[in-house]
Amino acid sequence: MAKGVKPRVKVPKTASAGDVITIKTLISHKMESGQRKDKKTGKIKPREIIHRFTCDFNGQNVIDVKLEPAISSNPYFQFKAKVPTSGEFKFTWYDDDGSIYSTSKKIAVG
Amino acid sequence: MTITRRYALALGGGALALTGLSGLPAFASVADDAIMKITGGAKVVEGGVDLTAPEIAENGNTVPVAVSAPGASVITILAPSNPSPAVATFNFGPLSGASEASTRMRLAKTQKVIAVAKMADGSFHTASAMVKVTIGGCGG
Repeated sequence: MAKGVKPRVKVPKTASAGDVITIKTLISHKMESGQRKDKKTGKIKPREIIHRFTCDFNGQNVIDVKLEPAISSNPYFQFKAKVPTSGEFKFTWYDDDGSIYSTSKKIAVG
Repeated sequence: MTITRRYALALGGGALALTGLSGLPAFASVADDAIMKITGGAKVVEGGVDLTAPEIAENGNTVPVAVSAPGASVITILAPSNPSPAVATFNFGPLSGASEASTRMRLAKTQKVIAVAKMADGSFHTASAMVKVTIGGCGG
């Protein structure tokens, strides 16, 4: 598990049924690309990135992103989601080392 | 249908004309290879995709990029002059509000960034944007 990984997500608290909302996500992660050299040892630092990010709403997929080493550190995403009813957004990040980071946000329709 | 000599020649000529038209030869091969991998050789149409990236990026470590393609089910971003050309692939699910997303990417040097969108009907659309990079962002 990489150290200091903290997901941050911005979702509006309320919406009308059928609204399209904008979601912003950020997760602190160094996204070691596997291209950089360690200055002290001269060896290439092994790749360690988040390779997949998904967002689901009440179990239905909103977006599924495949990340490559060319994504900047602290990967940031902004995208749009449809909100048919009240429910919960679930955000999941998959690390190369097998760790899974997740967070969720509720939204109320009314 | 049997492939006659005339047919084969016509095919070859068409392919030559296409490669002749498409951009700079220096990176065209890398870009074309990467696009081929996504499309599996299907025809790619220019336009129908919006790719927003800055003209000049001072720091290649974080270059904001936004893609939008109405009706797309998958959008892939490519940076052909990076050590590995793929940047990210967005798969839009049933609850996606619009086929658009933005993120931040690393660029090793000045290059043409390409977005390839797979539409719901299976066709492929593409767009590109030239980004000037002052300081590269892939180690070194």
